[in-house]
Amino acid sequence: MKKELIKYAVFALCILLAPLVFSGNYLMNVLVFVGIHTMLAVALNLLLGYAGQISLGHAAFFGLGAYGSGILSTTYNWNPWLAMTVVALVVGGLAFAIGFPILKLKGHYLAMATLGMGIIVYIVFNEWVAITGGPSGFSGIPNLELGPLVFDSDLKNYYLVWSFVLGCVLLSVNLANSRIGRAFRAIHDAEVAARVMGVNARLLKVQVFALSAMICAIAGSLYAHVMTFVAPPSFGFNISVELLTMVVIGGLGSIYGSFLGALLLTLLPEFLRFMHDYDIVFYGGLLMVMTIFMPGGLVRGIPDLFRKITGLKNKKGGAHA
Amino acid sequence: MLELQGITQIFGGVTALNDVSFSIHADQITGVIGPNGAGKTTLFNIVTGIYQQTRGQVIFEGSDISGIPVERLAAKGMVRTFQNIELFGQMTVLENVMVGLHSKSKSGLFACSFKAPWAITEERRIREEAHEWLRFVGIEQLADVQASNLPFGKGRMLEIARAMACKPRLILMDEPAAGLNSQETVGLAELIRKIRDLGVTVVLVEHDMELVMDICDRIVVLNLGQKLAEGTPREIQDNPEVIAAYLGDDE
Amino acid sequence: MELGNQLLQYLLSGLSTGAIYALIGIGFSIIYNATGIINFAQGEFVMLGGMLTLFLMETLKLPLWAAIPLAVLLATLVGLLFERLAIRPLRKASPISLVIITIGGSILIRGLSMLIWDKDTHALPPFSSEEPIMIAGATVLPQHFWILGITVVLIGLNKWFFSHTISGKAMRACSYNPRAAGLVGIDVRRMVLLSFVISAAMGSLAGIIVAPLTMTSYDVGVMLGLKGFCAAIIGGMSSGIPTVIGGLILGVLESLGAGLISSGYKDAIAFVILLLILFIRPQGLFGKPESERV
Repeated sequence: MKKELIKYAVFALCILLAPLVFSGNYLMNVLVFVGIHTMLAVALNLLLGYAGQISLGHAAFFGLGAYGSGILSTTYNWNPWLAMTVVALVVGGLAFAIGFPILKLKGHYLAMATLGMGIIVYIVFNEWVAITGGPSGFSGIPNLELGPLVFDSDLKNYYLVWSFVLGCVLLSVNLANSRIGRAFRAIHDAEVAARVMGVNARLLKVQVFALSAMICAIAGSLYAHVMTFVAPPSFGFNISVELLTMVVIGGLGSIYGSFLGALLLTLLPEFLRFMHDYDIVFYGGLLMVMTIFMPGGLVRGIPDLFRKITGLKNKKGGAHA
Repeated sequence: MLELQGITQIFGGVTALNDVSFSIHADQITGVIGPNGAGKTTLFNIVTGIYQQTRGQVIFEGSDISGIPVERLAAKGMVRTFQNIELFGQMTVLENVMVGLHSKSKSGLFACSFKAPWAITEERRIREEAHEWLRFVGIEQLADVQASNLPFGKGRMLEIARAMACKPRLILMDEPAAGLNSQETVGLAELIRKIRDLGVTVVLVEHDMELVMDICDRIVVLNLGQKLAEGTPREIQDNPEVIAAYLGDDE
Repeated sequence: MELGNQLLQYLLSGLSTGAIYALIGIGFSIIYNATGIINFAQGEFVMLGGMLTLFLMETLKLPLWAAIPLAVLLATLVGLLFERLAIRPLRKASPISLVIITIGGSILIRGLSMLIWDKDTHALPPFSSEEPIMIAGATVLPQHFWILGITVVLIGLNKWFFSHTISGKAMRACSYNPRAAGLVGIDVRRMVLLSFVISAAMGSLAGIIVAPLTMTSYDVGVMLGLKGFCAAIIGGMSSGIPTVIGGLILGVLESLGAGLISSGYKDAIAFVILLLILFIRPQGLFGKPESERV
């Protein structure tokens, strides 16, 4: 327990102090996206890494949050904070309702169903032009305000987004180390045995699905207010796959791994700007290589690799002596 | 305690169980035996809510539990173990037993994420009780080992500890001695007696005749989907029909 | 044009797109039945069919009749490599890993195609004249008949393969019970490979015959693949007639929906049907419910 607390404190400290080391609007802006992606990846990881249920439609919840917040606060002049709260609750409720039929499905079927759901939502973003602005997007979304403070610069947005991320990570770590988190992992490992122990697998899966959707919706709201503009391509199937890649690369069932995955997959394309079109090839290759050679993700794979290398050295040393 | 009334199970035209009735008495160890294909495992899965029987009723402590979802049985006081031990492999030994306490705790999703004071107290209690059950089966020193790394015999002990953590009044064990060496089987027999002495009713489906005859207070014999006999170990050993069934007189 | 003629028009074009969905759906089912995997890269074989034919014709100046078989062969080779390099190393993996690896494969194939060729959409020349044919007031392009004709032949071949050849029967045995099939001496791994080969071949051919009508580009595989899967789901993952019917139903509903309601929401129809079927009748429209056993 104490170990978890220290890990979290170090993580939070790094986040808070990062702007002292990294500066410049461009980098701050990229780090804002790392934050939003971390929230999304952590949300998906709760579902996929802990409860073992795949979703290929999580970009839809992200998009619903973004469009919901954008439309309510712009077209209908709602207070943005109120809009964010209402949208998060509505998306969570929606996911809860759809969760019952959808999570009855397993494995490949679940993947296909969530994928279908994601595409339907994406099509609605594109086609419901009167409300969403259609393919050309929805603009003029106001920045968030807190009293006299307007979140209109990259540095301010950095602290805005990352305070949400820190909250989200803390809650997720708490949850993961509680009876509920254990029940998720039990469902993942041996569902029938978990049910025999009194774990209501069906309800818990739906609950985590709803929670995960809710976190995505909040990330979406933040995204809308930070960008002040949203358009359908940010919420398509490719984004769902990108999220999946982050979770898999970081490590299934590791909250900090999701941060690592989000960091890597957000920074890399920025550094690899010159090979712009190659990024899709890169994602595909990365997904395959990771699944085959490092199924535990970086958080488990790197230490394993390290152990192997040092193990080899020791063996060699032993042979010498 | 537990009463089976006219249980019939038909799988796609094949009758796996035909009108089986018997009752299990409280505070006893009851063994269910029978040659391969007798329907023991099917019966077991029906009682524990994993299969839904075609006909008949399962009465547990006076109420009909047929059709009740598996996950509600633990709270009612019934729990089982599996023939091929079903552990939560990616979790530690201690965490496995902590899951066993799931039905005896109730902090929800939000209380857990926000670490509500009662959730913290409850978590502490879960941890302490889990340790106690590990002590009870004698594998406390393995608390922090990942469950998938346990040797089979220890895995069996862990599964029993996890089941006992549900504080059941009835525990059903599906071939608990399968895969154990003779020394481990002796330990198992002792443990099962210890469980009965806590006031927990035990039912086991078992192939190991020596174990069954040694520890069971009563035995029910199934053959070809029907009840063949029931009685004390002595009565069963002397029953000519049972002997014939085991020797396979029709072959 | 009066409504009756219009409906006939929608029906005819719906049937030919439906035939394409059916072929892709059968590809999904064949792999699913042999391995329990839903191959998310199935759509990429369809894309490869069209793009490879185009490449062979434009760059290597091959005539259509030579380009088609060669393109199918090359796409099949990709299917074979995919099984060898991605699926085989993971034989005992969890469904989630398998989903992830086939998604990874599909993205990789798509991305490489984009790099090798380009992002533009291209048209393949029709197999015969472009003169529309009039049938009872509806105008139909000859390519629709090519599609229907080739589909019928392929489905016939498929049926013959599964009921009359040793390999086909062995594959059916594997789908019922892979362990038992292995015990009687069937090489299960070869059957898995064969399933990928057959569905890559069928998928790519589907991609070729539809390309003159709907154009082709590096990313057509996504939608076509998903709709093919929808057809297979309606058909209860059968590699025979039920999936064909599923494809036709989907094709006609889509074409009617696009014509009578809105073309923008056309693509959503398939996914609404997909979800409804999965929620209400996961065993498919024609299947009997499976008794639930653990």
